[in-house]
Amino acid sequence: MSKRSNKSFWIAFGIVLAALIIAPLVLPEFWRRFLTEILIWGLLAMSSDLLIGYTGMVSFGHSAFFGLGMYGAAAALLTVKPANLWLAILYGLCGSAVVAGFVAFFATRLRDIYFAITTLIFSQIFYVVIFTWTEVTGGENGLNFTRPQLGIPGIYTVTFTPEILHWFVLAVVTASYLILRRITHSPFGMVLQSIRENESRTRAIGYPVERYKIVAVMLSGLFAGLAGVLYAVQNRFAAPDFVYFVVSGEAVIYNVMGGIGTLVGPILGAGFFLGLREISSRIFGDQFPYLIPVGVIFIAMVIFLPQGLLGFAKRWLNR
Amino acid sequence: MSAMGDWIGFVWGWLATHGDIIIIQTVNGIVTGMILALIASGLTLIFGIMDVVNFAHGELFMLGAYVGVVVLSISGSFWLALVLSTLVVALIGAALQITTLRPLVGRDPLNTILATFGISLVLQNYALWQFGPVPRKLDEPITGQFVLFYLAYPWYRLLIALLSGAIIGGLYLFLKHGTYGIWIRATTQDRVMAQAMGIPVPWVHTGVFAIGAGMAAASGVLFGPLIGINHAMGLDWVLKAFIVVVVGGMGNLGGSIAASIFVSLLEAYAAIVVSPAQAVIVSFVVLILTLLFRPTGLFVPTPK
Repeated sequence: MSKRSNKSFWIAFGIVLAALIIAPLVLPEFWRRFLTEILIWGLLAMSSDLLIGYTGMVSFGHSAFFGLGMYGAAAALLTVKPANLWLAILYGLCGSAVVAGFVAFFATRLRDIYFAITTLIFSQIFYVVIFTWTEVTGGENGLNFTRPQLGIPGIYTVTFTPEILHWFVLAVVTASYLILRRITHSPFGMVLQSIRENESRTRAIGYPVERYKIVAVMLSGLFAGLAGVLYAVQNRFAAPDFVYFVVSGEAVIYNVMGGIGTLVGPILGAGFFLGLREISSRIFGDQFPYLIPVGVIFIAMVIFLPQGLLGFAKRWLNR
Repeated sequence: MSAMGDWIGFVWGWLATHGDIIIIQTVNGIVTGMILALIASGLTLIFGIMDVVNFAHGELFMLGAYVGVVVLSISGSFWLALVLSTLVVALIGAALQITTLRPLVGRDPLNTILATFGISLVLQNYALWQFGPVPRKLDEPITGQFVLFYLAYPWYRLLIALLSGAIIGGLYLFLKHGTYGIWIRATTQDRVMAQAMGIPVPWVHTGVFAIGAGMAAASGVLFGPLIGINHAMGLDWVLKAFIVVVVGGMGNLGGSIAASIFVSLLEAYAAIVVSPAQAVIVSFVVLILTLLFRPTGLFVPTPK
């Protein structure tokens, strides 16, 4: 990475960040909410990019981490009075960390397709448990709660308005992005990439591959849980639908559409996906299942644009 | 030792009072296992020959059931519905393979998972749009029953198990003795050599995908009368089929049939104690244990 490209990266980063900060002030209510949602789903996709793009493991179980983040936040907001945002984040992260540790311990022993299927099945186990354990999780109806206030208790508090919520989500996503970028550029991230390129050689050099994989899954799970907490705070509910495998599948779609192994790509992919969904419901009406056109575009992108939108744009710019 | 004796006595007493339900669940487990074997053998055939993990297999099963509903409502004949549905879905499968999977040959297997996942999304939502969210019912062709303890047990369920067995047996004979079956096995063993011998490998792949799709459709029509048919029914079954394919050993036809019956029996027994929704977890646990201790599958010889 040369100095010059590094500088242009930070300039682009600053411009995009500034645009996202100003956006809620100029956008109408609907699009402001839309943008906030893109950021949250983008965080989920970015977390799974750490596995798909950098370690070469496709997880179809990120809904479990996301969902446990939601339910963890719900537990904090419902049991502790007065509701505290930071406690919700802590509980959510603990919930997703426990699940991620469990999944990582078993699933990382397997590779490729087996890893994908095992993570999928683990997420279905958590779905079944949450769906049937009605006394604690509210079963099919999920849990409803009020949105906590933002602030440091006793010093300064402010009620969430849509703008402040957007800025809060933006701050969390930006911080997560910078941390993930730091992780992927660190020696640890280099080992993950070398596992992706050639696992047996990495092992032969002397790295404990299994331990690296477990840590990667857990890190990825933590950030997915953080996305779950944000989603719970934004929508004021936790529901079993978000533990269901469809959410994991969508996270994979965001990655592929945006471009794997880029961290920014998945956010772009989430925006592209949600934008397509919006366009489809505007053209065909709300009743029409948007996943038909979106699915066809997705298949076409897998065949013709395996690098995703960002990879395609990069190649096009370099030409 | 009297505690031990008490315990044995308790187990015997429980078995004596619950013997009927155990036998009923055994029959149920075998019937479900045979249907599952029919779905899983298509899946394992596709994986073994094409290295494609077909995420859309459950949707082909669902589509087969829906085509069956449509043909049955027009013609009134269940058997015609079974045959037509198998053929139609086999053709759809061939078309899907040519348009989406053929361009991906030679790329990372991950791409085929993504592509078939995309197909499953499209098919599932197409069914939702075309048929609506209300479950459809498929009438069974024979309504006779026999008495199994206190239950009136439908003959149709036993017929399903027999028919599934017959279809799988037909597949086995076809692979073993048919000319095209020998082509398929040759492609499995050595793709490049088969190509060099003049076997049209791309068309073998298309044919295999069509056979797998047709078998999924047949099981959808056969099993339709026992369950409500809706657009989301595929996922449960494709997950179970994945489980048995892995437990039986990827790409191993006999293993996946044995695993289907094994897993279905375990689930049926678990359903005596807990609710059927929770009994699903038993098969998940079997899968995890298999992956941990025998990752190549339970029903294959231990690799040296």
